[in-house]
Amino acid sequence: MGEAIRLALAVAAKDIRLELRSRTALLSAVVFAALVLVVFNFARDPTAISAMDLAPSVLWVTFAFGAVVALNRAFTVERENAALDGMLLAPLPRSALYLGKLLANLAFVFVVEAVTLPLFVLFFNVSLGHALPGILGVTVLATIGFVAVGTIFSAMVVRTRFAELMLPVLLLPFMVPPLVGAVQCTARLLAGRPLSEMLGWLRLLTLYDIVFVTLCTLAFPAVVDE
Amino acid sequence: MTAPAEAPLLEARGLARSFGALRVLRGVDLAVRAGEMLAVAGPNGAGKTTLLRLLAGLMRPTEGEVRVMGRRLTRSEPEARRGIGLLSHQTFLYDDLTPQENLTFVARLYGLRDPAAAARDALEEVGLTHRAHDPVRQLSRGLLQRAAIARALLHQPTVLLLDEPFTGLDAPSAARFRELLAAQLARGRALVLVTHHLAEAWELAGRVAVLVGGRWALEEARPARLADFLPRYEALVHG
Repeated sequence: MGEAIRLALAVAAKDIRLELRSRTALLSAVVFAALVLVVFNFARDPTAISAMDLAPSVLWVTFAFGAVVALNRAFTVERENAALDGMLLAPLPRSALYLGKLLANLAFVFVVEAVTLPLFVLFFNVSLGHALPGILGVTVLATIGFVAVGTIFSAMVVRTRFAELMLPVLLLPFMVPPLVGAVQCTARLLAGRPLSEMLGWLRLLTLYDIVFVTLCTLAFPAVVDE
Repeated sequence: MTAPAEAPLLEARGLARSFGALRVLRGVDLAVRAGEMLAVAGPNGAGKTTLLRLLAGLMRPTEGEVRVMGRRLTRSEPEARRGIGLLSHQTFLYDDLTPQENLTFVARLYGLRDPAAAARDALEEVGLTHRAHDPVRQLSRGLLQRAAIARALLHQPTVLLLDEPFTGLDAPSAARFRELLAAQLARGRALVLVTHHLAEAWELAGRVAVLVGGRWALEEARPARLADFLPRYEALVHG
């Protein structure tokens, strides 16, 4: 187990180093997320629906789109010079490879979310105040779930044509449960509702994470090995 | 981890591979012992690259099995995987990292004790120390091939699989690489070299095989002179 974690960290560190070197995917995802917020901000009619009613959905749609852009890079970097084959040659447990990729993707998506959140506050004039720790907790819970699924789908589509198109088509339906849970929790947090009103949704998010991280770790070898 | 002296370090039995209805490789048997090199030649589409990918464990055979140091090559057999080094058409290197960074990462995957030092040593062995810290995308084709060679040799594999390894190397680099292969043989490694140009490593090969249409058309001890062998090779390929 310790060896698998060491290898997973090595894979994650390599991915982060690669991204810091090129900054392509991270920058694209951040710019894309900011643009989504701008579009939502100018497209809504403030007389028909209040910013507070719309804010939770906008926040999570923005996070989701930004995450899809960031996840697209996860295995495309392995396509150059058949680098994925190079990793598969090594005595690297496939679960360690999956966990490494998951950790790196989580780091990228958290960065996108960390940049998006202040922009969201700015555009929608929302005061996070006391809700901030709760929103951060919900963000971590929901992000782990859809990034876990996105990581395996990213590996699945990388050898197909139009991989960038295939990933959202496959991933977005699986993002629905964590997004619904996160939107519900965020709405209640912003409205200052008690924790007891969102326990059911928090349970859903936790269960989703446990089930999909486990399933994806187990299924990953069948996806990457021929 | 050491196999008995007489036992082959690399062995394949009844190896076959199909892609749907297309049978790319069938009934291939081979055994390569310590200090021995098998040179495999054949025309385009003969199945040479598929054979190497099967021997490396990157592809599963439709039939048959591969054994490395007596252990069956499977996903759950890390010791067998650890024993294999592959130099492919592709370099397996990340363009945005330097050769030093690429090799240090690979050394970590193989669990080498001092990854950075292992990477430095491997780059020194192929004469790439002076470009060790330049991004891979800035290297010329020949330097890339040297980096790929260093990557394949980094973990001191017992079995080395080489797919057209002289591609992109200039004459001095090719000569240096031949010396490196000779040193690997002297250390008791088993080598399989796939090539269109048998002359490049004729003297190093202990045995020679010709793959035509996915089958062994010939497999024998290397004749003394390449010139004597080439007419037979031409007959097998074109006849």
